[in-house]
Amino acid sequence: MNAPTLNLADLGLASLLLLINVILSWSFRLHLERSIGLAAMRMVVQLGAVGLILKLVFEQASGALTAALAMVMVAAAGWEVMSSQQHRFAKRWLHWGLGTTTLLIAGTAGTLYAALAIIGPEPWWTPQVLLPILGMVLGNTLTGVSLVLDTLTETAKRERGAIEAKLALGLSRFDAMHEVLARALRIGLMPVMNSMAVAGIVWLPGMMTGQILSGTDPMEAAKYQIMIMFVLSGATALGIVIAGIGGVWMLTDRRHRLRLERLNGLTHPSNRPV
Amino acid sequence: MLRIDRLTIPGLPALSFEVAAGECLCIEGPSGSGKTRILRAIADLDPAGGQVFLEGAERAELSATEWRRRVRYVAAEPAWWADNARQHVKSGIGGSRFERTSVSLGLAHGLLDLPLTQLSTGERLRLSVARALSDEPRVILFDEPTGALDAQATALTEELIRFQILTGRAVVLVSHDVAQVGRLAHHRLLLGAATTSTAPASADPAHRITGAVSALRAKLSGQGQ
Repeated sequence: MNAPTLNLADLGLASLLLLINVILSWSFRLHLERSIGLAAMRMVVQLGAVGLILKLVFEQASGALTAALAMVMVAAAGWEVMSSQQHRFAKRWLHWGLGTTTLLIAGTAGTLYAALAIIGPEPWWTPQVLLPILGMVLGNTLTGVSLVLDTLTETAKRERGAIEAKLALGLSRFDAMHEVLARALRIGLMPVMNSMAVAGIVWLPGMMTGQILSGTDPMEAAKYQIMIMFVLSGATALGIVIAGIGGVWMLTDRRHRLRLERLNGLTHPSNRPV
Repeated sequence: MLRIDRLTIPGLPALSFEVAAGECLCIEGPSGSGKTRILRAIADLDPAGGQVFLEGAERAELSATEWRRRVRYVAAEPAWWADNARQHVKSGIGGSRFERTSVSLGLAHGLLDLPLTQLSTGERLRLSVARALSDEPRVILFDEPTGALDAQATALTEELIRFQILTGRAVVLVSHDVAQVGRLAHHRLLLGAATTSTAPASADPAHRITGAVSALRAKLSGQGQ
């Protein structure tokens, strides 16, 4: 069976559900009507654009175009990591560079491993395979990397006294920051561990839902989802380790000093509207 | 033993001075005059211009970790990361030295194993002094080591500092206590808004500890930069 296609009227019906949000906002005076509307519009425009772009890339079946779109996705994910931090590095390119480099390595490694070693499409860069997997890998790694960097900078700031006491006693920067880094890595691993633990019970993964709706055999969809979960856990682990070590590197210097003044701690962009 | 050559810290004139083995230099000055920053810069915990030599070796010749093993900064507000004091020092020679030094500072044996949250500010301060001495650094930079202590604990801590000096270490001491400076200093460094100057120790000779008092080569350089 194939899922019936959706037309504009169907989407209009779906969008009526947004009224629940608006009514909620009105009746409790949350003043969120504007934000809800903007967020919904962004979502429609972004997903519509992605649909169009993917259609174009799939039709062209060009390796160069696939690579270009992949790079845009990595850069956007790197930007998202940076803008979700409570404490940014004063040199913006440094922060953006850390997030983007991390996602580039983890995203490339995870996606290529899934595509080349496991799925094996022909040609190997088939955009229908590479781009959705890259998207999922980036989305998950991004969450982990954001959490790691946020926890690392926040904990380093709070534990400044203890870190400097260790440094003063002659410990190296990685020894002095070991507990801070371990805490950050543990928190960074939590989302992917949780989603593995509850996958299928509490929550049916989006990709699996989509495959089943479009007519794939549920067992096949489950196998794909299992493979994806492993790829996501590996890529996230790789990403958070790179981000964590890179973060310690940037918060300290060659003479094993803690350099918290490199952080620009006063901005709180996490409060920005969606 | 410890030679500071044109140490440059933002907002302070460049400083040059020398502390020989078995000597104590006291740094005095109002709050905010940069006493702590000088100690931190000597320990290489903050970036600073100029050169610092220990027994002829410039600090850049040593790794930062090795430098801080020999040149120890003891902060005014100690920080802890484990539950009790004992966990902060490796067991073995250092651990037993930590225990002995704590006892000599008037702290009971069992204190090392109590949760640090149960101890008083003064007890934690003395424990941090004992912790800093547990691996026998060559130079000790004390930042108000008796700031939160009563008279008896202060006397014991001063006795320990005197012992460190007598056994050939170089000590740099930041203190607000004029009488204490008089009791311990061979040399004094006075910090002020625009009047950083050095002077020989001026205390009653009876309070001065014995030991070679060499001429203070502290001099002011680069003033008005």
